[in-house]
Amino acid sequence: MDQPNFKKFGMVIDLDKCTGCGACMVACMAENNVAFREDETDKMLSISWMRIYRLTNGKAFPNSEECFLPRPCQQCEGHHGHSPCVSVCPATATDYDMKTGIVSQIPTRCFGCRYCMASCPYHVRQFNWWDPVWPEGMERSLNPNVSVRMRGIVEKCCFCFHRYQAAMDQAYVEGRRDLEEHEYQTACTQACPAGAIVFGDLNNPGHTVHQLAQPDPDREGRPRNPKAFRLLERLGTNPKVYYLTGRDWVRKAGDNEVKKS
Amino acid sequence: MKIDRRSFLSFVIGGAAGTALTPLPWKLTDDISIWTQNWPWTPVPPKGEITYVSSTCTLCPGGCGISVRKVEDRVVKIEGLKGHPVNDGSVCILGAAGTQFLYGPMRVTGPMKKVNGAWQEISWKQAVEEVAVKLTELRGKGQPQSLAWVSDTDRGTTAELCKRFLTVYGSPNFVRAASIQDAYETALYLTQGNRAMAGFDLARATYVLSFGSGLLEGWGSAPFIFKTKNRMQKSGGKVDQIESRLSKTAAKADRWIPLAPGTEGALALGLVHVILKEGLYRKEFVGEHCAGLEGLKKAAGAAYAPEAVAKTTGVEANTIVELARTFAGAAKPLAVNGRGKGQLPGSLQETLAVHYLNALVGAVNQPGGVVAVPEPDYIDWPEPEMDAVASKGMQQPRLDGAGGKSFPQTRYLANRLPEVIHAAATSPVQVLFVSSSNPAYTLLDTQNAEKALQKIPLIVSFSPFMDETAAMAHYILPNHTYLERFEDVPAAAGFPKPILGLTRPVVAPLFDTKHTGDVVLELAKALGGTVAAAFAWESFAACLQETLGSMWQTLKKDGYWVDTAFAPPAFETASHKFEFTNAEIGKLPAYTPFRAPGDAQSFPLTLVPFDSMRLTGGWVGSPPFLVKAVEDTILKKDLVLVEVNPATARELGIADGATALLSTPTGSAIVKVNLWEGIMPGLIGMVRGLGHTAWDRFLAGKGVNVNRLMKPVEDPGTGFEAAWGVRAKLTKA
Repeated sequence: MDQPNFKKFGMVIDLDKCTGCGACMVACMAENNVAFREDETDKMLSISWMRIYRLTNGKAFPNSEECFLPRPCQQCEGHHGHSPCVSVCPATATDYDMKTGIVSQIPTRCFGCRYCMASCPYHVRQFNWWDPVWPEGMERSLNPNVSVRMRGIVEKCCFCFHRYQAAMDQAYVEGRRDLEEHEYQTACTQACPAGAIVFGDLNNPGHTVHQLAQPDPDREGRPRNPKAFRLLERLGTNPKVYYLTGRDWVRKAGDNEVKKS
Repeated sequence: MKIDRRSFLSFVIGGAAGTALTPLPWKLTDDISIWTQNWPWTPVPPKGEITYVSSTCTLCPGGCGISVRKVEDRVVKIEGLKGHPVNDGSVCILGAAGTQFLYGPMRVTGPMKKVNGAWQEISWKQAVEEVAVKLTELRGKGQPQSLAWVSDTDRGTTAELCKRFLTVYGSPNFVRAASIQDAYETALYLTQGNRAMAGFDLARATYVLSFGSGLLEGWGSAPFIFKTKNRMQKSGGKVDQIESRLSKTAAKADRWIPLAPGTEGALALGLVHVILKEGLYRKEFVGEHCAGLEGLKKAAGAAYAPEAVAKTTGVEANTIVELARTFAGAAKPLAVNGRGKGQLPGSLQETLAVHYLNALVGAVNQPGGVVAVPEPDYIDWPEPEMDAVASKGMQQPRLDGAGGKSFPQTRYLANRLPEVIHAAATSPVQVLFVSSSNPAYTLLDTQNAEKALQKIPLIVSFSPFMDETAAMAHYILPNHTYLERFEDVPAAAGFPKPILGLTRPVVAPLFDTKHTGDVVLELAKALGGTVAAAFAWESFAACLQETLGSMWQTLKKDGYWVDTAFAPPAFETASHKFEFTNAEIGKLPAYTPFRAPGDAQSFPLTLVPFDSMRLTGGWVGSPPFLVKAVEDTILKKDLVLVEVNPATARELGIADGATALLSTPTGSAIVKVNLWEGIMPGLIGMVRGLGHTAWDRFLAGKGVNVNRLMKPVEDPGTGFEAAWGVRAKLTKA
């Protein structure tokens, strides 16, 4: 499937740099018109395309350690584009785009069966249990490039696909058919004050993500960088988000190997 | 026709098959799903031309450059300004949520007056007239000094206008809200003779020793500190964090060294002791640029030998020796202090002790060190003419005691206002102006502070938002938000070079608000005489443009100006050297670690506040996006979670997630318990920034304001707020 012109947009997040500050979450909410309610403390019901998980090494004071793991949509490729969520959607509301490697989500097609939520091993997909309501006047801050989602449908991170479209439009206007690395960046990458998130084309050896993750094309993109890992690698979801860390316990937690204490 | 079993079944099955073959069920399913999704109240944001405006964020003292995305006249997104020397394209969580301050429900939409406890909308004319009448009255009584002004900054054109107004009116009582700046400014002045702000050349340091500074919690300008810290660590630099709790900074440090909270100064002096004893200091720098080393040897004498310090701080003696050697042995070491975001000044002696460490290793005004960034001097207006009332008023001592006999080196002491008001029969503050400051929320022992504020006959808030102080004010004369107004922003917290940013209106004011600078001009005009004569400007915009002079064009074009060729000023002490001791420093009481106030018998634990990037703790409340991003280990429904070490919880018989009653000498609150191995046994950690009573429905009524449970501690010699914790008790509820 890897044709030469096809892109495979992916992300590398350096967990040793991430401070868990949450700028990526809010930059994403602002970019993608994510709604908010008065009580968002039940995180099972709170919609956030980017979520930061907190990992701990489980050791007692003062040997305790903590690490933060930002989790956007992992944009699984599976085997030849069979991402777990895409293969179960009865409404073709989500699709794997071979040209970019991005798993789309089309709100108006989704009718809320939530099969995709059940099949996503990363809890990336979230359901709109309520109508999105903005306090009077606040709807003025909504971004017209992203559809506002309604009650009863599933939503998720799409690597700010509208930014890709806008960048491509601009490139076409300028007579180009390709993008520079910096022209298409997700909102979270752009915001990250720690410089922990890097975004680009995993197929392009010139891009930083490729150099950091060193994906192995013969092993479904497994990282060759010993510091890099993907979440739940053994499930074979073939995701496009790589994590970097120098700490063993964090890497192990990424594959869910830490026993519950 | 007889209906038998066969024909009935044929009919039903045939009918079902027939219906299934028509598009009807599929059309209906489709229609239903479309119908259930097309509620008219789901907004469809209108499309339009997209433009970007460069400006400067003023939500914190960080001074970051922002790029504001607009669709026609709507602000839809705030991003970091690429190439800006402070944040270079990135933005912090608060800055990213900036649009919510413009459109959010926390806005005050026009001038208001409180009548019988209820807000009444009034006109600007009436508002200015009524306040001016009160001010004229006060002046008539010969008490102009009883007008006080609390503000978060004393820099920039607006602040200078406020100060000028007070001067010609006759009041010396301009009060800047407290922060670690206070301690650093005083330390720089005493040891180096410079009136300057502290900048930190983190990018060129190779080893940072942080005495509890929340480098990743919002200390200094967050994006600047985050980026430079990471860059420095990735290129082999090390960061060691000394703190009683595994903060995010500690979690991302190369080493976390827990110590008994409040003893940071003792550890710093312990390191000084080892460095002096082992002769590890940079002899060249100290010999050439420093004076008073003998005095420092005395101050960090036998009492600060490693064993003694180990006892006080709980850090092992050999760790102390090793830390001192690592620090002194690093190529470019740098020590920093100021707990958490640095919202409180703390003990001056503690800051001095840390600053001595820097001087001993030559990390003062050198690459990779602490840099004295001179206070901006571009605002150069002619001295105003003062009448007799003003001159007399200006000769009165400051109400907060700053600069007086007890606290000669201090400039502002907002924390002392409640005490001063309570001490007198009638409030010495008759009129209080509050701009971008929220003392009714940020002062420790908040209830006591509130009671003091209630004794002030007239409080005028200039806040664009309904914060706690605005809610208890008598008048609100709302300012524009930072996306609707001009402002010059001199300096970015912790940035090691002089920098000047321009905040500019991205959109026309949405509501009937007015720039505080313009209100000052109008008030002055209404008062007449020399007060009016001191303000020759037609409007704030005109004043700003004239003040900035030739810089105006640069700022308008680039959005900021930075002094790239900056060299730190020479030491301006009597000896022209860095002075470890001198007459002024000698007058200060020696360092002693402060205890957490409260009786240890009835309050066996200690409550320590901590900061989070996902909540603001200062005058600006958290907008809805931040509240949404708060972890469920911090807030659950309306209850705040406090961190308790499992060992402590076991002793108390309290389980994880249990509801408990937290009491301190100043109050009590219902909390939830979050067992966490990252906090020292015996401590209770609580986040700053919750427990708002005003603001909006997304923030108000959630959790507890930790300031309400705290008790002030005065730093002798400076009067600074030195409280870092309070004794507490946790019982099953």
